[in-house]
Order: sequence, then structure tokens, then C-alpha cells
Amino acid sequence: MYPNNYRYTKDHEWVVVENGVGTVGITVHAQDELGDIVYVDLPTVGATVAKGDTFGSVESVKAVSDLYSPISGEVAEVNSALNDAPEKLNADPHGEAWLIKVKLTDPAEVESLLSAEDYQNYLKG
Amino acid sequence: MRYLPKSDTERQEMLAACGLESLDALIAHLPEEVRQKQSLNLPDGKSEYEIVEYFRALGDRMANGYASFLGGGVYRHYRPVVADVIAQRGEFLTSYTPYQAEISQGTLVTIFEFQTMLCQLTGMDVANASMYDGSTAVPEAALMAARLNKRSSILVASSVHPEYREVLRTSVRNQNLPVEEVAYDSKTGLLDLADLEAKLNDGISSVIVQSPNFFGAIENVNAAADLAHAHGAKLIYIFTEAVSLGLLAPPSKADIVAGELQSFAISPSYGGPYAGIIATRMEHIRQLPGRIVGETKDAAGNRAFCLTLSTREQHIRREKATSNICTNQALIALMATIYMSLYGKQGLRELAEQNLSKAHYLASGLPLRFQSPFFNEFVVDCKAAGTTPEALNEALLAEKIVGGIPLGSFYPELDGCLLLCATEMNKRAEMDALRRILSATAEDASTQQAATTTA
Repeated sequence: MYPNNYRYTKDHEWVVVENGVGTVGITVHAQDELGDIVYVDLPTVGATVAKGDTFGSVESVKAVSDLYSPISGEVAEVNSALNDAPEKLNADPHGEAWLIKVKLTDPAEVESLLSAEDYQNYLKG
Repeated sequence: MRYLPKSDTERQEMLAACGLESLDALIAHLPEEVRQKQSLNLPDGKSEYEIVEYFRALGDRMANGYASFLGGGVYRHYRPVVADVIAQRGEFLTSYTPYQAEISQGTLVTIFEFQTMLCQLTGMDVANASMYDGSTAVPEAALMAARLNKRSSILVASSVHPEYREVLRTSVRNQNLPVEEVAYDSKTGLLDLADLEAKLNDGISSVIVQSPNFFGAIENVNAAADLAHAHGAKLIYIFTEAVSLGLLAPPSKADIVAGELQSFAISPSYGGPYAGIIATRMEHIRQLPGRIVGETKDAAGNRAFCLTLSTREQHIRREKATSNICTNQALIALMATIYMSLYGKQGLRELAEQNLSKAHYLASGLPLRFQSPFFNEFVVDCKAAGTTPEALNEALLAEKIVGGIPLGSFYPELDGCLLLCATEMNKRAEMDALRRILSATAEDASTQQAATTTA
């Protein structure tokens, strides 16, 4: 369920890096805990994000939760399809419902994140 | 709250506990000048009947039978009897905000109608239900704009209601949102578009314009919106006189509309409670404070209503709230709803036309301070007429007419000017009287001056 080429945070975000650009999303576990997602608030293209800082929020029928960036860089792309179909985050959080793409300023940061195995162990507590 | 009388013995006990000998000793530290020296002029015990009679007579002498030309944000309009009859039904009057919203279908229907009619009046896609009043809706709209374009500076036209501007400043003072004013043109009383253009830059989040503005003049909202949009700023349109919406073109280029609904069957009541709204375009709905009721289908497929966006500040967003609106003016907003549905589209238009005609009748022949189109308010230059706003108001009051608002305290440069308003409530005889008294007051003043000069 958790792809091995992705890296994870304890705040339940994932990132996968390709050619210096990190695609960021939330994990299956996160969407499961949130319940039906009704709105996603994302940054604008060109905004800078820093590792550990909030870059947006996701609103479910239960609560609003902040989104924490797993990596630092500049927002290169935003998944605007989620504006009209936030429920995709429940359906396919590791794929179609990615949140933002970030041009990394410090690719080494990724190494400090959890592996798929670490993250699943963390979930087991 | 119950009144619990005290006996002399109890008073003595309490004084003893304080280590004092008399009631006078208790207030001995208060300065002499603030103490009531003689006892109050209160007659001995009267029956309820006598008291009611007394106040009714007092009211007849002091409050009834007055004509009024006061406007400036609070307007005298006819309140149809049915507005109170419906609003005072127990189902509406005693129910608190519906926490389990969907079982309160009746309440949701009225809110849905409220939103729908306000969207039709303002030309916006969505309207919330509701705000405390027009003045507090203004900073909420400005904060909303700041969230939308992630900018901070606010430009507000100096022709916006002075008290609304004060509320705005108070609300954003600690939010790091600087407020700057844009001048008005001294000939027209309208927002100075050249000054607006000069003050616009990429840091400006919103431009706030009121129309009809505080002087009653109709602003060129679309021109201001074009300028604002050219710099990426949001245009916030304010209205204080909701009746004007019956006649004026909807602010089609505005991004956010914020306004006061007092004109719609809400009694002036010495300043409140009133109801306000914010309306906006669909794409901004997530930043709109307050709640939105939507139409849906129930399990059996019947038309039903639900809280599409619940009072998010209160539960879902909690500490991430973007507004402090937790409750609202549902009952007062209901009066506005009843009013709008009673008048309907054609009725509101006719009402607005009547206001326009009356104000223009009143204004004809008076020395107007500004040359611009106006709705039901305008500024009279008393100084040019040879008198002062204060002298005119005094002379009017002697004939049971409440005059207008002297503008000197709000705009020092308009000292000697008076804001007058005429609505459907003003009769021709009252308006003729005002014009007669104005020329008489002016003549008196010039006679006096001539006498002084001769002496």
C-alpha cells in the first residue's frame, strides 16, 4: 500500500523525487483518519515552502488539518483538479490526488525522511 | 432578574461588615462634583396604570409626531406589520441557532430564501447568513480579501461611512493590515479615481468603496474595480442603504459585497441590533465567513435544505477560524427576508424610485454641496445658504422636524454642511416645511448680521 520509492513524514505526508522535483501528497492513513474530504487549500505556484512548515490545509467533514511540507523549495505545480474534486484525496491519495510539486532547494533533506517500512512501523506504534 | 429588596437592618449589617457607619461613608471617596446632592424628584408609589399613562403622555410630547430627515447609515422606512407578526411567531422568536440544523427545515428555508434574494439584489453568486451589521461586515470583507490575494494593505474611500471606517481600523489594527484612505473629489463628493490610481500598487489587497456613498452620491464602482483589478487588488463594495439596490445596477465587477440591511423592516432602535451580509463570487466561497444553507434532496427524494457550509468557525475550523462570527442575527435577518419577499422585485424598484423622487424633490432649489447623481441623501451647503446646520436643525426641531446630520465633526472641511435624507416616509408638506424653514433661518441670519453691521 505504501510505495517503496516514496518517503514519508510523521505528519502523514509523502514525497517522491524525480529530476529535482518532489511530488507531495498525504498518505492513505491520513485520508482515512480525516474522513470525507471536502476542501483542499493549496499554495500558489511560485510560493516557497520550507521543510516542516505548513503549506496549506485539508478540510474534512470532521476537522481542518494543516499540511506540512516534507521538503524545502519552490512550488512548481499545484493539483488544481482537487478544487472541484477534493474527494479524489480519499480515493487515490498516493497517485492522482497528489497536492503540489516542489522544485527542491536541498535534495539531501529527503534522506532524513521515513522509508515506507519505517512509516508503517511508526503507524503500528 | 429578580429584584431583592434589602431591609434597614440588612443595610446596617453590611455596613458593619465593611467597618462603616453610614452609606455616605461608603461613597466618601468619590469627588463632590459627581455626587447627587438633592434627592431625586420621584413621586410616591404609583399604580401600574398611572405609570403607563405617564410614559405614554411623555412619549406623545417628546417622541411622537416628528418628521425626520436623518439618514447617514440608518434609514426610516415603512415597516410592514406582517414583518413583526411573522418574526414574533414562537417558532422563530424563541429558537436558538440550529445546531442540529437539518431538523430545523423551517429555519433553513428562511435562510435559503434570504441568501437567494440577496444574491439576486447584489448580483453575486453566494451570500452568507449573516453578519452582525454593515459596519462589522467591512473588516470581515477586508480580511477575506487579504486571505484571497495574500496581501495586506487596504485602501478605503474617504466617502465610506466614517463610522464604518472606524470599525475597520479598530478590527484590523492588530492584524498587520495597514489602512490608507483615498480622497474624495471636492466638487463631486465621489471617490477621486486619480488618487486611487496613485495609491494602488502590488501590495494593495483591497479597495473599499461605498455606493451610494456617505454623501448619498452614486460612485462609479466599475471604474474603481477596473483600477483595483489592474493591480491585483480586490474591490469591496459597501452599501448602507439596501433600498438603493432596488434601482442601482448590481456591482457586477465587485469581488466582495458587504452591507447593512437595516432598511429592510429593521427598526432604527437607537442603533441596533441590525443585520449585515457578505456576498461574493463562487470561487471565493471557502473564504467567506459565516454559514451557507443549500438545497438538497432528503432520503425520499423530496426537496430539502441543509447546512452546506456550517458555522465553520465554531466547530470544523475552531482554532483555524478565519473570522470571529460564531453567532449571527438570524431573527433580524428574518425580518429582512420577510421584507424582501413582501416587496418583491417590482415592489423594491418602485420603493427605490419613490425614495429617489422624494429626495430629488427635497433637494430642488437647495444649495447642494456636491454636483453628482444621488439616491435618497444629499449634502446641503448651509453656509452658502447663509445659515449653519445647527441653527437650521434647531429651527426645524421647533416645528417637530428632526433635521439632518452636520458633517463638520466627520469632515472638518465640510463644516457648515448638512446631510439630509428623504425616504417614502417623508410627506410633501414636511419637505416644503424644511425648505421654508431653511430660507427663513437664512433670512433671520442675514437680518441679524445687517443689524450688527448697522449698529
